[in-house]
Parts: sequence; C-alpha cells; structure tokens
Amino acid sequence: MSAAEASRLDHGDNAGGLQTLKDGLKVSPELGRGWGLTGILALTMTAGRIVVPIAVQQTIDKGLSGPNGPDMSYVAWMCLVCALGVILTAGASYLTTVRLAINSESGLATMRIKAFRHVHDLPVLTQSTERRGALVSRVTSDVDTVSQFLQFGGFIFIVSLGQMALATVVMFFYSWQLALVVLLCFIPLFASLKYLQRAMSAAYGVVRAKVGEMLSAISEPVVGAQVVRSYAIEKRTQDRIDASIEDYRKTATKAQAITGLTFSIGGLAAGLANAGVLTVGVLLGVDKQATLGELLAFMFLVSLFSDPVQIATQVLTDARSAFAGWRRVLGVIATPADVVDPGEDGVKQARGPITVEFNHVDFAYPEGELVLRDVNARIAPHRRVAVVGETGSGKTTFAKLLTRLMDPTSGAVRLDGVDAREISFESLRERVVMVPQDGYLFDASLAENVRFGRPEVTDAELVTAFESLGLTDWLESLPDGLQSPVGQRGESLSAGERQLVALVRANIADPDLLVLDEATSAVDPGTEVRVNAALERLMAGRTSVTIAHRLSTAEAADEVLVFDDGKIVERGPHAELVGAGGVYTQLHDSWIAQRSAV
Amino acid sequence: MPVPKVPDKGSVTRRGFGVLRVAIWEEPGIFALSVLASMLYGGMTVAGGWALGWSTDHVIRPAFESGETTTGAIVTLISLFLGIAILNAIGVVGRRLGAGVMQFRLQATYRNRVTRQYLKLPLEWHHQHSTGMLLSNANADVESTWFVIAPLPMAIGVIAMLVFATIAMFAADVWLALVGCLVFPLVFIANVIFQRYLQPLATRAQQLRADVSEVAHESFDGALVVKTLGREAAETERFRGPTNALRDANIAVNKARGMFDPVIDGLPRLGVLAVLLVGVGRVRSGGADAGDVVQVAFLFTLIGFPIRALGWVLGELPRSVVGWDRVQRVLTATGGMEYGEARLTSTKAARLQVAGVRFGYLPERDVLAGMDFTIEPGRTVAVVGPTGAGKSTLTTLLTRLVDPEQGAVKVDGVDLRDLARDELAGSVALVAQTAFLFDDTIRGNITLGGDYSDDDVWEALRIAQGDGFVKALPEGLDTKVGERGTTLSGGQRQRIALARALVRRPRLLILDDATSAVDPQVEARILAGLRSAVHDDAGAATTVLVIAYRKATISLADEVLFMDDGRILAHGTHTELQSSTPAYRDLVDAYENDAERRLEEAELDLDAEGATA
Repeated sequence: MSAAEASRLDHGDNAGGLQTLKDGLKVSPELGRGWGLTGILALTMTAGRIVVPIAVQQTIDKGLSGPNGPDMSYVAWMCLVCALGVILTAGASYLTTVRLAINSESGLATMRIKAFRHVHDLPVLTQSTERRGALVSRVTSDVDTVSQFLQFGGFIFIVSLGQMALATVVMFFYSWQLALVVLLCFIPLFASLKYLQRAMSAAYGVVRAKVGEMLSAISEPVVGAQVVRSYAIEKRTQDRIDASIEDYRKTATKAQAITGLTFSIGGLAAGLANAGVLTVGVLLGVDKQATLGELLAFMFLVSLFSDPVQIATQVLTDARSAFAGWRRVLGVIATPADVVDPGEDGVKQARGPITVEFNHVDFAYPEGELVLRDVNARIAPHRRVAVVGETGSGKTTFAKLLTRLMDPTSGAVRLDGVDAREISFESLRERVVMVPQDGYLFDASLAENVRFGRPEVTDAELVTAFESLGLTDWLESLPDGLQSPVGQRGESLSAGERQLVALVRANIADPDLLVLDEATSAVDPGTEVRVNAALERLMAGRTSVTIAHRLSTAEAADEVLVFDDGKIVERGPHAELVGAGGVYTQLHDSWIAQRSAV
Repeated sequence: MPVPKVPDKGSVTRRGFGVLRVAIWEEPGIFALSVLASMLYGGMTVAGGWALGWSTDHVIRPAFESGETTTGAIVTLISLFLGIAILNAIGVVGRRLGAGVMQFRLQATYRNRVTRQYLKLPLEWHHQHSTGMLLSNANADVESTWFVIAPLPMAIGVIAMLVFATIAMFAADVWLALVGCLVFPLVFIANVIFQRYLQPLATRAQQLRADVSEVAHESFDGALVVKTLGREAAETERFRGPTNALRDANIAVNKARGMFDPVIDGLPRLGVLAVLLVGVGRVRSGGADAGDVVQVAFLFTLIGFPIRALGWVLGELPRSVVGWDRVQRVLTATGGMEYGEARLTSTKAARLQVAGVRFGYLPERDVLAGMDFTIEPGRTVAVVGPTGAGKSTLTTLLTRLVDPEQGAVKVDGVDLRDLARDELAGSVALVAQTAFLFDDTIRGNITLGGDYSDDDVWEALRIAQGDGFVKALPEGLDTKVGERGTTLSGGQRQRIALARALVRRPRLLILDDATSAVDPQVEARILAGLRSAVHDDAGAATTVLVIAYRKATISLADEVLFMDDGRILAHGTHTELQSSTPAYRDLVDAYENDAERRLEEAELDLDAEGATA
C-alpha cells in the first residue's frame, strides 16, 4: 500500500451497486440472515393486497349474478375466508417489518461501531482537524440516512414492488387484453420516471447547497456578533441573510413543485388506465370475452398498480442518497489504516529502561517531499533529550515516528532493538507515552480524565499520582477534588491546568519512554511554576524526548538533537553546541535577540 | 386583525391548533388556495367512486347484459374518468404546491424575524445563549414549527372528502353508508392512537441520535490522546452503548409502524368485505343496485390512504409546539441599545476617557470595578494584566458592545451613549482575539461592503503583512475564504482582520491580542508597520490601545496600563512600571518565556501544510 492511498479518505465513489452490496454484507453479516422466512412472509403479505379485487370479482360474478338471484351464503363464506386472509396477511406484514427492521438496524449498528473503531485506527493525518467533521458524519448522519430511508419508505417500497408484480399476474389471469391496456397506459409514466427522478435529485441537490449557504449566513450574526456590532454592518449582514433565506425558499418551493407534479402524473396515469380499461372492457363484455366482475376487479387492481408508482420517484430519490451514505461509511472502513497493530503476533516487551534507535529513517507525507531524510540516532536509557529546530525542520515528525503514530517511509525505528512495527500495541502503548501540546480532556470528572489510560487505578492511587508530581495543593484547591467536572474539552480549567491534567495522566500511565511536545500556549505565571515542577518529577527516572520550544528546556537536557531541513545536523549537550557556530548557535542567537527586544 | 395568541397552557393539541391559527393568519391567501385545491382533490376522489357506481349501472351492466353499446356511451365513460382524473391532478398539484409555498414562506418569515432579533439584541444576550442553540433556533426550530403545514391542506381536504363520501354513501344506500360510518372513524382513531404511541418513541430515537453524535464528536476530537494512550478499544466500547440503544429505539419505532400499518391498511379492506356482504343482502332485497355496492366499496379503497393525513397533522403538532416555544423565546426577548444624536466631527486621533466605569456580567461579581484613565490623542498604550483581569471586557466597553453599569466611556469628550447609531464605527475599530471571517472574498472581508479602493485594501494588507500571501493566491483579493475562513491559517485570518480595521483609518484602534497566531518575526514587522502608519506627516493620526501579551508588543507602546481584578494598578511608561510595580515585573518576565515558546509555535502547522502540499 502506498502512503498516498493512506492519506485519502476512501469515499467509495467508484464502487458499483453490486460491489457495495457485497462489501456491505461483509461488514454487516446480519443483513444477510433469515431471508428465506422473511421472503415467504413478505409474499404472504403482498398476497393480502389482492384479496379485495378478487372478492369484488367473485361477489359480482358469482354472488350477485347467481342463477337464483343474489347468493347470500356464497358471499358470506367468501367474505369470511377473505377476512381471515386479510387478518393473516396483516400478521405476516407485522412479522416481515419486524424481521427486516431487526436485521437492518443490527447490521447498521455493527457497521457504525466498525466504522467508529476504524476511524481511531486511521493515520493521525487522516484524523486531522479539517476532516474530523466528515468523519463524525460517517458514523452519525450517513448511517442515520440509511436507517431513516428504510423506516420511511424502503420497506414499504420493497413490498410495493411485490404488490405490483402480483397485481400484474392477477390482471393477466383475468384478461390479457385489459392487462395490456393497463400496462400501455402506464408506459409514459415509467418512461418519464427516470427523467422525473433525475430532476428531483437535481432539485434537492440545489436545495441542500442552499441550506448550507443559508446556515453559513445565519451563523454570521451569532458567531461573529462582535465584528458585526463593532463595524456597524448590521444592514449588510441582514441583507446577506435575507438573500440566502429567499434563495433557499425559492429552491425548496421549486423542488416541492416537481414532487407535486410527479404525484399528479401518477394519478393521471391511473385515470387514463381506468378510462382505457372500462372502454376496452365494455367492448370485450359486449363480445362476452369478459365478465362484469372481472372488469370491476380491474378498477381495484389498477389502484394497486398506481400507488407504488406514485411514491416511486420520491423513494428512488431517497434511496439514492441512502445508498450514497452507505457507500461513504463502507468507504471509511475500506480506508487503509497504515499503522497496524501486529496484535497477538506482536512482540511483548519487558518493562524497564529503554533504548531508542533510528536507523536510516526517511519519512514523507503522502505526495509530499521528504520531511525526514536518513535520520540515524540512538537514545540511551534514562537520557533526557531535547529536540530543537526551526519551523518545518522535522522535529515533530521525529516524535510521531518515535511513538508510532506514523511509520517511516523507509528505515526503522527500534525500541530495545525490536522494530516498533513488530511490537504489539498493548506493549508499545504501555512503554511509550506521548503528551501532546494540548492534552485533550473529555467532558467528565478530573478522576476519569487522569485515569483515561488505565481505568483500573483506584482513587487512592490517583491521589498518590498527584502527590508524586507535587500537585496535592492544586488538587485540594479544586472545589470537588478528583470529582471536579472539567467541562467540554476541559474548558472549565485554564490552559495551564489542562497541561497539569495531561501530565498526571501520563504519570498514571507510567511509561518507560516519555515523549513531550512542549506546550506553547500562554499560561499564567503561577501555573507555569507548577507545570515545570511537575514535568521535572515526571521525567525523573525515565527516558524522555522533548520537542523543545524553550531555550531553558534545551539547556536542561542531557543532550540536544538539532534538526534542520529533515536531518539531524548537530547533537550534543547545550554547552558544547552553543559555541559551535552551527545551526544551534543561530537558533540560540535569535532567541536571545527576541528576548531582549525591549 | 391582531395576531392570534397561542395559549401558554393547555394540552399540546390545543396549543398546536393555536400555532396553526397563527400560520393561517400569516398566510391567509395561499392557505385558502391550497385548501380549495385540496377540496377539489377530495371531491374528485369521491367522484371517482361515484363515477364507477354510476357507469356500472348505466353503461357497463346494460352493455354486458344486452350485448351491445353505443359510441355515445363509450365517449361518456372516457370523458367522465379522464375529466375526474385531470381535475383530481389539478387538485393534487395545487394542494401540494400551496402547502409547499405556505410552509417555506412561513419558514422564511420566521427566519427573517429571528435573525433580525439576533442583530438587534445586545451582546449580553448573546453571551447568555450558546452558539449551537441560537443556530438551531433560526434553523431547525423554525423548520420543525412549520413541518405541520405540509400535510395541513391535505388533512382539511380529507375532512371535506369524508363529508362528500358520507353524503354519497347515504345517497347510494343507508345500510352501506352505516358500514362506512363504522369503518372511517375506526381508521381515524387507529391513526390517532398510532401517532400518540409513535411520538415518544420517535423522540427517544432522536435523542439517542444526538447522544451517538456527541460521543463520536468528543472521541474524534480527542483522537490523538486516544491513540497515544492506546484506548481505541475502550472508546469503541463507550460508543457501543448509545449505538445499541439507538438500534433498539429504531427497532421499537419500526415495530410500532409494523403493528399499526397493517391495521390502518387492513381496516378499509375489511370494510370493503363488509360492504360486499351487506350489499349482496341489499341487492337481494331490492334496496340497492350493484352499482351502489361497487361505488361504496371503491370509495373505501380510495379513502384508506388519504385519511392518514389527519394522523400526520395530529402527530406533527407536539413537535410544532416545541419549535414554536423555542422560537418565541428569541422573538419575545427584549433589549437593545439606545442611541443619541451626537456626531464625531474630528479627523485627528481620538482622545479616550474612561471615567468611573463599573461593569459585571453577573450582578454579584464586578469584572471592571471603578476604572479611570485618559489616553491623549495619538498615544499608543499597552494594556497589560494577567488572565481574567478584565482586559477583553474593557475592549467591549470601549467599542460600545456593552454599556457600563456606572461611569462613562468618552471619545473626544462625547459619552458613547450620546452618539448616533453607527457613528462610533466610523472612528473606532476593534480587532478581537479570534478573527471572524465572513463567507465572502478577501476583498469583501476587508471592506465589509464599504467604499474602499483596491489601493486602500492593498495598503492595509501591506501594513498587516498580508499582502504577500494574498498576492500568491490564484484569485488574489477575489479569493473566497470559505465559511469562517477555513481555507486560511489562523495567522492569515488575523492579518485579514487587522487589514479590515486598518483600511478604515480609524482614529482609535483597539487590538485585543490580534496577532497571537502570527509568527513573532511577522508580528514584529506588523508592529513596526503600524507604528509608522499611525504617524502621518502632521503627527499621530491614530490613538492605539493594544492588549499586550509579549514584551515586543509592550515595547511599541508610549505608555502602559497595568490592570488586575478590574482595576488599573499602575499607569506609566514600561521603565517606570518595572521599577515601581513588582507584580508588573513578574508578569512581564513570564511573557518573556512565553515569547520564546511562540517562536516555535507554527511548527505543527507547517508540518501539516507540508503534508497536504
């Protein structure tokens, strides 16, 4: 698999209908279950729909026109049988719907969970912020579209198709001439179906686009309230909103007009068929080629035929978007996850001091130039290493390879001599933990957030973890201690406090190798002191690699790796490098210059 | 006629009918038209049944029995059925189109009203409501209020249809009509029970969809943490809960449908069988013709489906009432700023006075507690203070986004509250912490519809250090920035927001950490450009107030205001404050460290950019 494939989100656009069905069945085996009985029940259910036309025909031909006048007992018996038929088929209808619903909803739930899991297995690049919204829709609205389609039309339509087929059979049984008349009258409708459906899809496509524009315009006075006020552009903003609302109104009305037209065409076709059947029927009746009952039964059969056709355009349009949604979800599942867990076959490493090696490591983002070029490095146990370099020099990439968030394009990253790709995730994540710049917090309590990596730890152990980082007083200053809610994305805490939580979280995880992406956001001085002290304690007794944004961090490290243009250009302690006259000296000078700008 | 009032209390149905009354009051013309069309449709549906009964007795049976027919009879048949079908189709189109026009007009009207409120209500009101809720008030809530309009004309047409049908049935035969009088109410009651039963199930499924979405959003937002701590499996388990609950809720909805659909479908079918049975008896006794039986039986088939529209309307009412209430909360909110008549006539740099200003978002807590200071025209002043000192709140008062509870803010000696509407924006420009961009071109985002030449725009971009990247864009100033500027980086967005302020050549420029996302080197150039730009030939043309987070920014200022806890603690030059105020010295030292960190800030962005290149 090439890296280029990995970066893309497979939308499954090219998959055909049959392929989608095949892929879908593979992902959700529930969809394929129990079709034998469901099929029989569905057939029984459709049979119930033609009970009425047959009863009408029998009543007219045998009941009313019996040799001795109206035959009451025959009609009574027949009606009883038919009524039992209607009740029986109602039961079959219930069972069919329930079976279809259970299968499809279970299948969709399985697919949703598989897609969700797969999103977490996707490369970090594919999970990037700008794609996150799309990924969320894959496991939410896209699946919901399929479910809603089935609920509000899908099942009915499948049954309706059976109903049409059965009605056609009965029509031909009664009179092939009249059956041909009906089919002939519906041909123009069938012919126009495709065109109408296309027009409807196009119209609703425009509606969707206009909804998007309208939402964007409506959000301006809400999200941009401050700008709108302070620049006094209320009038302009209102004009833009009004225009977008009006645009949406017009396109939505137009789409509605097309739907209305489609419905009326179905009705017209039915009217045409009725007139045609009666005319031809009377002529046939005059020649004794049809009975009155058969002719009248046809009138009932025509309505069985025209109802499904009337809803067909709408259902087909919905079906298309449901199918597209299904394909998109399957597309996510089909997107290759480049960093794969070797799982059971993987090496399980013993815990303890860790040695890291980079052997001829190259890395390029998909379709991009090399970001790292032939990087070789060895980091001995318990060393404290700082990685520095200018923007774009490759130091963050280095850290991501180190933690196996990505794999090298060529070369290998080894932990204690074992290629990282061969170590089971469980073992790897136990030994290597990365603390990202912005430690994301979940909308839960402080305790739940810090034990995120190891849910089994007790509250007492949590308190010890805070204590060992020197954060007891901070913990006690919180109103509800460990149970304090952190709010959405941890917004109840300050940026610095969120960093503290991320550090405790890493402490609980207790890794052998700690990889830190130094936070750059502004922190108030009081918390700053706390963060530094906690960091100091967290790094003690561990191998650590820090992507340094601060001069002081590089100064305090045992060793500094200097990156420039994807290569390690210098390495050694700060004291050696600072006077060497190389890249590090330049970086250092510019830091000093910035610092003394005042 | 006054707006009909929706009762505040009472059953959902009663309140729902109140909402329907409002809808009819708002759009009486199109409502009348669609109801007329719907009645035509209802009438023609009944006529279809009658036509079949009539032609059975008068054309078809005679022909079958006598073995001959006339051209006239055939023509009558064709024109009768085609005529009814055409009129019926006209009714259907009119009804659906009318309902659509009415529904979408109401949506548009209420969206206009809601957004006008958003523009009118004070910023405090905005702060009290979440963005998500306000967006859904203007969109989803308006939509769900008027969903009920879609089936409304049809439902009224169905009522007419039932009346016509009852008349037609009684005209045909009393006994057959009595069967109808038994079946139609049963179908209606089944519909109502179904809708009542379904409503809570559907609401629960809706709620669970939101739950599923919430977990997905949060989990994917924290994807990096999940990955680095190896919690993929645990997160999947967390997602499984709401997913399976939603599955079960959807199955429950389907079960409800599966149970009621055959009942609602089956009742008219059983009705037809009953009509046949009773009908044969009536024909035998001579009370009815075969045509009467056929007509009533056919009516049952025709009416079975449309009668559901009554259930749809009743089923939509609860949702409509909820939407209405939510929209009304916005529409009935009061507040808004009063404006005076005063004008600002000076063309020179502005003098800013803050006198005894007190302000708090919550009554018991002051954010600004008694502020007094004056900034002389042309001075550049840095406001420095720890997080939560009230700096950003101060900027909102200076631009009159909010009014002080006590004291006054004056520009050139005029209280901001005495100024005419839009007058302040001509003199004062604020560039906020987060740059908000409109879904428009870069030019549109800078001019905001104002009359500025391209030269002016480029000059503003040059000072904001944005001319370089804008020139590199394929369509330059005409490049669309996408919704909220998503196609641009944070630093680029900030530079456009800055150019937006600069192009107006404000007499007072307020910068609230407006360059936080740009490279420090670029920021240094911006500040230098700003310093020369605000000094025209005759001296300073602009007074600048800048909320500063970096030492380099402070170095640009002529004087420094040091504040904490909503008060000014010191006012003087940087050097003065450094020796006189230890708290100031500590804070600025912390900024120094911060400055170093920011040097490297763009690193991750650039890595990502390299990846998408």
